[in-house]
Amino acid sequence: MTASPENSGIESPESMQKLPLGVRLIPFFDRYGILIVIVAMGAVMWALQPDVFLSWRNITNIFKQTAANGMLSIGMFVVILTAGIDLSVGSVLALGMMTLAVSNAAGVPWPVALALSPMMGLAAGFVNGIGITKLRMPHPFIMTLGMLFMARGLANLISGGVPYSGLPDPIRFLGSARIYLGEFDGTRINLPVVFLFTILVYFLFWILLEHTVFGRRVYAIGGNPEAARVSGINVDRTLIIVYAICGFMAGIAGLIMAGRTNSGFPNAGTGMELEAIAAVIIGGASFFGGRGQVLGIFGGVLIMGLIKNGLNLNNVSTFWQQILIGAIIVLAVFIDVLRRDLGTRH
Amino acid sequence: MNEPQMNTEAPLLAAKGICKFFGAVTALRDVDLELWPGEVLGVVGDNGAGKSTLMKVLSGLHPQSEGTLIFDGKPVSFASPREARDLGIEMVYQDLALAGNMNIAENIYLGREPTRKVLGGALTLFDHRTGIRMAKKHLENLRIHVKSVEQKVEELSGGQRQAVAIARSIAFDARLVIMDEPTAALAVKEVGKVLDLIVDLKKRGISVVIISHRMDDIFYVCDRVMALYHGSNFAEARLKDTSRGEVIGWIMGTKEKVESVAHDRVS
Repeated sequence: MTASPENSGIESPESMQKLPLGVRLIPFFDRYGILIVIVAMGAVMWALQPDVFLSWRNITNIFKQTAANGMLSIGMFVVILTAGIDLSVGSVLALGMMTLAVSNAAGVPWPVALALSPMMGLAAGFVNGIGITKLRMPHPFIMTLGMLFMARGLANLISGGVPYSGLPDPIRFLGSARIYLGEFDGTRINLPVVFLFTILVYFLFWILLEHTVFGRRVYAIGGNPEAARVSGINVDRTLIIVYAICGFMAGIAGLIMAGRTNSGFPNAGTGMELEAIAAVIIGGASFFGGRGQVLGIFGGVLIMGLIKNGLNLNNVSTFWQQILIGAIIVLAVFIDVLRRDLGTRH
Repeated sequence: MNEPQMNTEAPLLAAKGICKFFGAVTALRDVDLELWPGEVLGVVGDNGAGKSTLMKVLSGLHPQSEGTLIFDGKPVSFASPREARDLGIEMVYQDLALAGNMNIAENIYLGREPTRKVLGGALTLFDHRTGIRMAKKHLENLRIHVKSVEQKVEELSGGQRQAVAIARSIAFDARLVIMDEPTAALAVKEVGKVLDLIVDLKKRGISVVIISHRMDDIFYVCDRVMALYHGSNFAEARLKDTSRGEVIGWIMGTKEKVESVAHDRVS
């Protein structure tokens, strides 16, 4: 039993100095790749529509149109970080929106009606979380698919399947209010409230995921759920909170959309769960969990918005938008696959 | 075979009459185990002999069906690994139980994260900087060398991961560390370093239970070895009173010397 303490260390492998250029550039592209894509897209659109694209009105339009998707996407991101999925967010958006619109029409005071949308979202997300953990659904896909139908059905049921229009200004504030900044070159410059709100929400999610114990545990669960469990982390409770957050954000998206359209319509948000998943994947999150940054998701949402805006400005049919978004999803994941090959072959 | 050892002290951990049933299957039948402070005990047995199940009972992952655990002179029962860990019983799992997407420091303190208060105590944040500082100091203390504690665990070699897993197990006043096949997944040149790390734990007065198939490991680090066979105690001895051939015989369920087989097994 002779062990020399001096030799008992575990040493790092050979130094990483002489790596090929491609490998050394990986961290750079990880960090700035999405920014480069956004700038490139913006440049192309500006070249095609120099008068319209960079106008203040168009820029704020992009933010107004992408705000709801931004809310869904950041909630979806937290779920995907745990290697989960939430297919119900589009329906939950509609459920929140209809609860708000119907209760408003029934004479419920606006502060209550306003709060009902996120609260319905929170409740739906909580039920998702309970189903996935306590009812031991084999995959979040199943539970949230069930919720997709249930929430949509409920949204139709409470509204009788018809839209409700006309909401009081305080409820519309988040989705449609603008802050007047002044007049420049003869045009009135307004800043949409929802733009500031989106920035604030993404900042708060950055704090949550990068700088709280809860956030780090979300990443750990995505990386290795067994490791999280044996480390004493209450994985079930964390997952329930994660799905509740995602549902809550869907309810916020419902509030924003109600404000923007000045109405509630029960088929709102149809298919938006897929747009949110697309934004998260384009934003660099891994479907296997544990990977991705809040800023990347913001970029993913912006890219989705830029594609739609750019194609609309150039009068390209929405069918082409779908083809393009599909192609970009495949391309984004393929780039990630290549990146990983490069990263593991040294 | 149950000769009293180190009579002056009480055992750190005593398991008596441990049974574990999984439905109709009996995984452990009346298993006894004693572990003394600062002792390294090797547990051997063939696949399915119950070694891993016994370790999971001791670490609180699977509560025993029958039998008692006495830790530090007091009867204890664990509803979760966390309760065992609160007493200073840590487990290093065979599959290492590290999150590859997180850095070394975060892995070491996973589940027991350092925090700091901001905004006058209204908000508690994860303290990256303290975690990194503590991890650096802890690894230096254990003479584990890594490029940086901010490296992601998936970038490490098998031996480095095992070292991080062991470092993690003793990050907070561990008194007993249970290791399931700590060298099984390692490159040959890394095995010795991990074994020396285990010897280092012993020098710090930490008791270690180690499951291993490798006789070289057992005979390098252990003070005593016990064999399970078909879920029951089969034999045990101090290391100096036994031989590789005998221990391999125990694994196969015989108490006769099987030197020839030993040479086949340990090349």
